[in-house]
Amino acid sequence: MSNVGLIIGRELKAYVRSPLGYAAAAGVLLIDGIWFMAKALGGTAEKRLSATVLAEFFNGASGTTAILAIALAMRLIAAEHDSGTLVLLKTSPVSDWEIVLGKFLSVMLVLLAITAMTAYMPLLILKNGKVSFGHLLVGYAGVLLLGAAVTAIGLFASALAKNQVIAAILGAVLTGAMYLWWLVAKIADPPVTEFLEGLAIHHLRMRDFMTGILRLENVVYYLVLSFFFLLASVKTLEARRWR
Amino acid sequence: MASNHRTRSKGLPGGSRSAKRQRPGAFPRLSEVPFVIEVRELSKYYGETKAVGPLDFTIEKGQVIGLLGLNGAGKTTTLRMLSSELLPTGGRMLVDGVDLAEEPDKIRSKIGYLPDRPPLYGEMSVREYIEFAGRLRGMPLRGLRTRIDEVLDLTSLDSRGDARIDTLSHGFKQRVGIAQAIVHKPALLLLDEPISGLDPVQIVEMRELIRSLRGEHTIVLSSHILSEISETCDRLMVLVDGRIVSDGTEGEIALRMTPGFDVRVVVRGKVSAVVAVVEQVDGVRAARRLDGNDIAAEYRGHADVVALHVTAERDVREALCKALVGADTGVLEVARAEPELESIFLKLAGGDREADQREGNEP
Repeated sequence: MSNVGLIIGRELKAYVRSPLGYAAAAGVLLIDGIWFMAKALGGTAEKRLSATVLAEFFNGASGTTAILAIALAMRLIAAEHDSGTLVLLKTSPVSDWEIVLGKFLSVMLVLLAITAMTAYMPLLILKNGKVSFGHLLVGYAGVLLLGAAVTAIGLFASALAKNQVIAAILGAVLTGAMYLWWLVAKIADPPVTEFLEGLAIHHLRMRDFMTGILRLENVVYYLVLSFFFLLASVKTLEARRWR
Repeated sequence: MASNHRTRSKGLPGGSRSAKRQRPGAFPRLSEVPFVIEVRELSKYYGETKAVGPLDFTIEKGQVIGLLGLNGAGKTTTLRMLSSELLPTGGRMLVDGVDLAEEPDKIRSKIGYLPDRPPLYGEMSVREYIEFAGRLRGMPLRGLRTRIDEVLDLTSLDSRGDARIDTLSHGFKQRVGIAQAIVHKPALLLLDEPISGLDPVQIVEMRELIRSLRGEHTIVLSSHILSEISETCDRLMVLVDGRIVSDGTEGEIALRMTPGFDVRVVVRGKVSAVVAVVEQVDGVRAARRLDGNDIAAEYRGHADVVALHVTAERDVREALCKALVGADTGVLEVARAEPELESIFLKLAGGDREADQREGNEP
């Protein structure tokens, strides 16, 4: 696992030393802030102090986190492939799982740090409103689990693509498709309807987290989704050793 | 063109061990002898298209091997397989007694690889990057700093240790690429076109650097630049269409490629008389006068000095000496003429016509 730590360390330094990390953090904080101002201060007095405002905040935060995850993940492997640095990892005694885990966890740490910077907004609601601390924790857990799943999707896209632009497009398309299953569910008949709604990455799954309800099935869904795309990334890297 | 997959060792002690040939048709048994590399029937196919192979050779400790071939001959694919970056379609490879298929991680820690494009993280400092590469190869932190200083010194990067890699010139980046490849003291060092894109001064520096690594590492380097291979390597492997068509020292390959026996004769006398004497010697096929750059510098500008390239059926040096002395010419030199690497390479690569034209023969 020391190799995972090494890769995480290098990735984090790369974020700190490039404008991407700062631009991403600034963008997310700005959009989340505007969203919060609009939702918390723009409604009626009753709404401003309610759990609904907190749910709305998490709704917005889940969107920005998903976009941020794609933006951060797009470069993970595609950029290394493009610049030729992937060779260093592939010819070192480092397994493909270690490469993928190191890259994935580095993005998760950046997501965690940026998400933590948004905490003052729900804390304001916690202090002045009628929401529980548990609601806040569950909401953030949902945002981070969604972020993990989208990061894994983005990482898979980055492993498939040979440059960052293609990786970003592919990651966005895959994530978008996962978002839109619930629309397809609308025109399907049971039990396909439930299946497709359950497959959608945001629709029902995030609704529970946003409203402070922690369901094991939702947690498992995001973990399985993340694992599936991490495994697909590993298999893609393995396949690349043949060509 | 004859294909040669023989396992040979040239010019180094212990060569006889690697000169043992495998029985044709049988899958060779991997030797217990601790060669640095043993390659048996290694091949790479992309779909139905063969890129490389089957390759069959051994390399002993301390050798500097040059993989010579035209663009597309399979040099990079071969090095990528040897570095374990690319998995072979068939065959086996042992590095320092470790089988790639069985223990890929162990084999990777024994290899240092500089691809044609150095794998550099531009945002890192040189020192940071070498440390990262060393730790990836399993080096403990203890002692790593000292090793990094050694490597920086060896690659003449001491003054650039704290510089960001993306601010360095191409030559320095190439040095950083070598530094990452040797930091963990690998048994085998693979260099893919190490002088590509360097200016003449940098080429000389790089050549000296590679020479300085000889001994501590076994080196395989690829190039399509003949002079580079000729000056740096102990042994050449010429790749054509993914197969080794010749393997040995430059001299051995030259001898193998030249049918008959060529002799260079330098004497004082009249051209017509000397040619007549030479052509009368039994076994001589033809004699051609050399001029310009084909003559050694010490003989140029002397009107009475005649230099000939004699093509014979066998070794006629003794008979030539007798005949020339008997004809009262001043014999300055009678020596075996080894063809230039360039003409050998052109022949091996299928460019016989160009080689013949360069030698002044009819195509």
